Amino acid sequence: MNKGDFVSIQGKSGCGKSTLLYLLSTMDTNYEGEIWLKGELLTGKSPNELAKVRNEHIGFVFQFHYLLPEFSVLENVMMPALKLGLKSRAEVEHIAYEKLKMLDIAEQARKRATQISGGQKQRVAIARALINDPDIIMGDEPTGNLDSKNADLVFGILKDLTNSLGMSMLIVTHDDDFAKRTDRVITMADGKIISER
Amino acid sequence: MNNSVLVKIARTHLVERKKQSIIAALGVTFGIGTYIILMSFMTGLNGLLDGLILNRTPHIRIYNEVEASKVQPIEMADPFKDSGFVHVVENVKPRRSHASIRNNQGIKLALQKDPRVKGITPLVSARVFYQSGSVLLNGNLMGIDAIAQEKLFNFNQYVIGGKPDDLDNSKNGIILGAGVAKKLRLKVGDYVPLITPNGESMRLKIVAFFQSGLADVDNTQSYVNIKTAQMAANEGPSYATDLYIKLKDIENAIPMTAEISESFGVHAVDINTANAQFETGTSIRNLISYAVSITLLIVAGFGIYNILNMLIYEKMNDIAILKAMGFSGGDVKRIFIYQALLIGIIGGAVGLLMGYGVSVLISKAPFETEALPTVKTFPVNFELAFYIGGSLFALVTTFFAGYLPARKASKIDPVEIIRGQ
Repeated sequence: MNKGDFVSIQGKSGCGKSTLLYLLSTMDTNYEGEIWLKGELLTGKSPNELAKVRNEHIGFVFQFHYLLPEFSVLENVMMPALKLGLKSRAEVEHIAYEKLKMLDIAEQARKRATQISGGQKQRVAIARALINDPDIIMGDEPTGNLDSKNADLVFGILKDLTNSLGMSMLIVTHDDDFAKRTDRVITMADGKIISER
Repeated sequence: MNNSVLVKIARTHLVERKKQSIIAALGVTFGIGTYIILMSFMTGLNGLLDGLILNRTPHIRIYNEVEASKVQPIEMADPFKDSGFVHVVENVKPRRSHASIRNNQGIKLALQKDPRVKGITPLVSARVFYQSGSVLLNGNLMGIDAIAQEKLFNFNQYVIGGKPDDLDNSKNGIILGAGVAKKLRLKVGDYVPLITPNGESMRLKIVAFFQSGLADVDNTQSYVNIKTAQMAANEGPSYATDLYIKLKDIENAIPMTAEISESFGVHAVDINTANAQFETGTSIRNLISYAVSITLLIVAGFGIYNILNMLIYEKMNDIAILKAMGFSGGDVKRIFIYQALLIGIIGGAVGLLMGYGVSVLISKAPFETEALPTVKTFPVNFELAFYIGGSLFALVTTFFAGYLPARKASKIDPVEIIRGQ
């Protein structure tokens, strides 16, 4: 994958597309071969080092939003940056607010994560994935739980991010419409890549 | 670096589950509180009881004892020397010897110079009869140096209705045993007639009563000054039947006792031999207090363990996403250990306050006993060490109670959770 690519992985369920994503995401380390990110070999690193790589370079969006229910929207977005610990709390808060504004949900910032709608939650999850300005965003069916209107919205946001910020996207999906609109589609079957467009 | 995020997550989890957190903290509170109360009260009581014996009893007592001749003449005869013989003829009986300790003033002067000795005071014991009309009651007069007795052995704790010093002020004063006073219906200021074994009679003025709480003692023993007792015993001014020694460090009692009996050729007994059963009682009471409070804290630990374990099952998703975001296993572990420690710190702090509060209440509660006429309230030992020890123990227990669930949380595989949805 090159910088700024918008790639989707398609295939029937159980074909190994999610497994591939989780391997590439460094969360699953049970594989043969090598994974490289920005010229750096990730294979063989310790779990702590991999956690740091995820924190700094990879943003995640899942089918389910996975927001922490006890915290406000803003705090949820800030969390990975606070973990990274490079910026002061005030700076992080400012950046998080900017990200929410960009995704058009800044007015919900102070609400509890449980108090907003499904589409909004997914946008918050995207804002959280963006907070550390990662090199790549990985998504596992990020629109799977959304109605078509919200799905379109989320797709639009991801597309914008690749265009305007040059961020790479690797999205697993079984939504053909979604896949068709991406730059590159990888199709898998029985654990193997069968075609690339 | 990112510890504050971990603490914030830990704190938020606790605040969001107020009821559970409070119950877990209460477990620690009761554990620590009970520990403090139990230890303060038990050691206070132990101190009081130890004081009864240790402060009032001489660490070493030198006395004279009537004893049979160690070697019988028949044993000196060659044909009967071996132990194979039973000696039927034993004709040397105990000699009537002077009851006074030989050279007691010399011994006193020598021991006063010893740096290990805090003080030494002579006593004169004399048998008398208390007379009431035609009735004679057996009794025992102890001649004492009242000021030294008070300073070294807290003699004033036994004395009611007057001061021990009054003995020195009046030549014929007596501190009468409370039991005797009751039998003879006497009060302070009355005169009590005594008859000595030699048939002489004395009239002494009661300056105070003596109450040890032991009926046998209170029914016979009375205190006078040394000169009066020497008069009653019909002896001269160097006469002394006992020497009481108080040491700076009680640990020296046993070696010094051996030293004294050897170098002065007198009988001496140390406090440990005389009160061997006492230490056993003290250590068993301490053991019980520790056992009870440690059990309570361990139960509190199980409570925390339980609540955290449940919390981790509930928080599987959160743990998974934290890990996906880049929190390491160690970070997740710390979040849950912090939760346990927060419960421990808050519960423990309240427990310390509770322990202190109840201890204060107990120390104000009235407590009256025959044995201790000067003690009016329960004895409580407000020792800082209990509070420090209690806090440390609370932290250690809660840490371990948190560690096991925390380790489990750190091992959760995020992929399994996220893909399982």
